[in-house]
Amino acid sequence: MPNIIVLVKQVPDTNAKIVVNGDRVDLSSVKMVMSPYDEFAVETALQHKEAAGGEVTALTVGGASAEKILKDAKAIGVDHIVRIDADGEMDSNALQTVLAQAVNNLGGEVVYCGKSAADTGAGSTGPGLAERMGWASVSNIIGATHDGGLNVVMPIGGGNAKVSVPLPAVVSCDKGDLKVRKPNVKGIMQAKRAKVDVHSIDVPSSSVSIVSHALPPAKPAGKSYEGGAAAAEVATLLRNEANII
Amino acid sequence: MNNNAVHPSTAELVSAAKTFGGEPTLVVPCTDASQASGAEGMGAGSIIAAKSAAFTHYDASAWATALDAVVPQGTIITSASPQSKDMAARLAARRNIAVVQDAVSIEGNNITSPVYSGKAMQTVAATGPVVISVRSNVFAAATGGASDATVIDTDGDVATSVQEFMARASERLDVAEANIVISGGRGMGSPENFAHLEAVADTIGAAVGASRAAVDTWEAIPHAMQVGQTGKTVNPNLYIAVGISGAIQHLAGMRSSKYIVAINKDADAPIFQHADYGIVATWEEALPVLHESLKGMMG
Repeated sequence: MPNIIVLVKQVPDTNAKIVVNGDRVDLSSVKMVMSPYDEFAVETALQHKEAAGGEVTALTVGGASAEKILKDAKAIGVDHIVRIDADGEMDSNALQTVLAQAVNNLGGEVVYCGKSAADTGAGSTGPGLAERMGWASVSNIIGATHDGGLNVVMPIGGGNAKVSVPLPAVVSCDKGDLKVRKPNVKGIMQAKRAKVDVHSIDVPSSSVSIVSHALPPAKPAGKSYEGGAAAAEVATLLRNEANII
Repeated sequence: MNNNAVHPSTAELVSAAKTFGGEPTLVVPCTDASQASGAEGMGAGSIIAAKSAAFTHYDASAWATALDAVVPQGTIITSASPQSKDMAARLAARRNIAVVQDAVSIEGNNITSPVYSGKAMQTVAATGPVVISVRSNVFAAATGGASDATVIDTDGDVATSVQEFMARASERLDVAEANIVISGGRGMGSPENFAHLEAVADTIGAAVGASRAAVDTWEAIPHAMQVGQTGKTVNPNLYIAVGISGAIQHLAGMRSSKYIVAINKDADAPIFQHADYGIVATWEEALPVLHESLKGMMG
């Protein structure tokens, strides 16, 4: 009966407009949500439990405001919710060190996470955590089965492969064909009452730190045309101006 | 490595490495040392053919172990393909250093990458060695340099095993790998109409993509085609958006394309703010004209 851990991260709603104030992004008026790929990780973790038993713990690192996404995970069926109380900037090395300690403390045997977080888009956490734990890892999976061991489907040059993964392992999840379950009323009520386990872990110093944020360079206004006949001119420009065709 | 050949973009990684000064070492993971010959003339100070049976199939833990044994200490540059980013993270963790992904600029110790799906750029400063994955089409390809590889045998324990390989059903290019992408949205009206996009794609050697709205609406359009925040991020030379309004979630996956053509009947569609060439028309009007013109050019 595996001890299953799923990593979740709070990020700005992916439809939110990102504002830069001075030289830092300003998220003060942005709605924060669970990173979309983490939802697939939670769903996959719950399916693992349904097939093989065990318990699922949702784990996040952050300040008290990050507890909302833990409650969201609780509402759709995770057993335990844990927050490592550490706010502020961490490089990949610092964050993964904290997570490795937390997964060790919780006795995790398989860790699910999103393929990347919607804020950084880096995708470093899953494989980096696995390396620190000395575990196997598979990334960007688009499907998983849990009877008779863990088998995942993942893209490999030119197609997809069914790959068997020995535990312990870290598995990072892409969207695939998963439908993420919705919370029911009972789940929402349980999540409201649920207590978040808060732990402290020493955060090592970072060797990479943020210097500045900026909006992407504005793109000069393009050429616009009315009517389908203009497509002929656009085709010509693609050859003569853009030098592509 | 790609199909046992050194990927041409490797020469861009050498340029990125040279921004740190010195003569970079180019490490080629291979199962047969002759595969490293493709690294000749890519500007490296020296070439190591890291030879191991572990490099037959990608296995993250085995590759990290095998590469760690041969890659010199110091800053490491990799490509930003999904597999390379995965390896960059594992190698960095193995050496207790930080990783910075998707770099689009390196100036001194300052590294810039897109964050929030390209809605902002983030510059970080590194105070020691780091692992950096670098996006393609950012650095010019380096030339010259070493031509002979030193072969070093290495190994790692393969943990995972491939049970079954399912080749892509169609021969069509993957959107994430194509130089030109033509995508359709719900404005295409029906999944059958994607055949018109495929016809244009066949003419110009493009991959066919789709918006999330199209993927969610029509079962016949698979998620593998989805470009956007919860789909694939693409960075082609040319992106043609047909019947796509340009929701933030779609823009997140394609806004860094070099040239963007938009065809949409709604003049107020947000996609036009990002288009180099915008055509306000239905796809039924514009696409056949575009196709005929392109056919004429391709001879």
